[in-house]
Amino acid sequence: MINSLEVLETNTMILKENLDVRTITMGISLIDCADPDIDRFNENIYNKITTKAKNLVKVGEDIEKKYGVPIVNKRISITPIAIAASSTKTDSYVSIAKTLDRAAKEVGVNFIGGFSAIVSKGMTESDKKLIKSIPEALATTERVCSSVNVGSTKTGINMDAVKLLGSTIKETAILTKDSDSIGCAKFVVFCNAPDDNPFMAGAFHGVSEADAIINVGVSGPGVVKKALETCRGKDFEELCETIKKTAFKITRVGQLVAKEASKALGVPFGIIDLSLAPTPAIGDSIAEILQEIGVDYVGAPGTTAALALLNDQVKKGGVMASSYVGGLSGAFIPVSEDQGMIDAVNKGALTIEKLEAMTCVCSVGLDMIAIPGKTKESTISGMIADEMAIGMINQKTTAVRVIPVIGKDVGDQAEFGGLLGYAPLMPVNEFGCERLINRGGRIPAPIHSFKN
Amino acid sequence: MKKGIITVVGKDRVGIISEVCAYLAKDNINILDISQTIVQGFFNMMMIVDVNNITKPFGEVVDELDQLGNKIGVTIKLQHEEIFNKMHRL
Repeated sequence: MINSLEVLETNTMILKENLDVRTITMGISLIDCADPDIDRFNENIYNKITTKAKNLVKVGEDIEKKYGVPIVNKRISITPIAIAASSTKTDSYVSIAKTLDRAAKEVGVNFIGGFSAIVSKGMTESDKKLIKSIPEALATTERVCSSVNVGSTKTGINMDAVKLLGSTIKETAILTKDSDSIGCAKFVVFCNAPDDNPFMAGAFHGVSEADAIINVGVSGPGVVKKALETCRGKDFEELCETIKKTAFKITRVGQLVAKEASKALGVPFGIIDLSLAPTPAIGDSIAEILQEIGVDYVGAPGTTAALALLNDQVKKGGVMASSYVGGLSGAFIPVSEDQGMIDAVNKGALTIEKLEAMTCVCSVGLDMIAIPGKTKESTISGMIADEMAIGMINQKTTAVRVIPVIGKDVGDQAEFGGLLGYAPLMPVNEFGCERLINRGGRIPAPIHSFKN
Repeated sequence: MKKGIITVVGKDRVGIISEVCAYLAKDNINILDISQTIVQGFFNMMMIVDVNNITKPFGEVVDELDQLGNKIGVTIKLQHEEIFNKMHRL
């Protein structure tokens, strides 16, 4: 029998502590849309997306009503376009991005991810075309997100692609300079990218997936923070116990929503991504959890330990709550989307170097970091290379989403609006790494990749 | 049996229960359990209701209860029981 304390607890979590389901993401395979004719290919993908995802937003809204829990985003991920479009004869993939944007608007989702390529070992002609199209594609569309996977533990790192992406990011920044280089906020570079990540900007529908699938990303940093307030001054055992229990409850809501959405849409359930994802809203911050664990500001000594603990306990609590866990599953540490992180940067407590250290134990990587617009292409490539190396050696997913804000420098602020938030520009180490980036070729896979 | 949980919170006044019950009866929603307290002038009620035979979509009832709440100055929320079962029970 349901008791009133449990009802009260759930509703307090929803109303006061920002408990929500962050996203229902429908993954759709576009492999069967292949056509040598670009117009026909565009027509095929538009038709498939708008047919499969026709009811996605409506079903999401119905579930919100039924359980009284907000579902913040409804999104779509698709087969990496570099794969789906590889037989299409054309010089540029920009028209495909525009088609995706149109399809996203038609079904009412706020982002569509998968203008992507997977080039961890080498690039096909199609991969090159896609990467070349990224700046214009992101500058001329609103809802399309793009990603490139440039490395993995099994293949090593494709340094040619790393070099190319340094200039791609810079070019994207220049093309969108009128809106604080926002194009770069829709682009991620990955190492070990998962096939089933429901979170943007890095979501795509991997080739290992079924024709269509429902993945759900849970949220709830505010809930964890509130729960931890009850164990101030207590030891780590109690702290971990509290995080685990809270993560369990949050994930159960995600599992319920995922099951329901999958049934209503007639699309199989894929995974729950156990990530704690912040938003710019007050009280919905990962940084505040770390502060509650015991650091004055994120970036202070002890921050990496606190984050490692948080990540691990979230996974331990969450895995029992869902039959299928996947995606990135951990804590996101974006700067612009998290008020506590922004404060830490403004205080001078948090630097890019510390963020890089934290990415060894978080779910993704250097995320939503605004840097001076004058930052050299090779420096951006260097940052990517470092982050990819962390992922490759530690067999985890890492990513880079940095935004060189053209025309702005350290001390300025970049405004992205909405869920993307705002960010103070962070200083970047300006010593050169051109000789390293210009070598070309690949960094070989690490020794521990030879397991079989 | 599919059950819904209704929570009503707000400043106490005469007739809250009667208005909520009248609405439920109109839509063929049977009340299975009511618990209610008043703490420092604040009205707090939880109802368990049977939603098997509602005459309209669940979401519509949620909206109408929300509007009713606005009219009489309290917050009324209807949720499917499953969210509580899933969160708090193994």
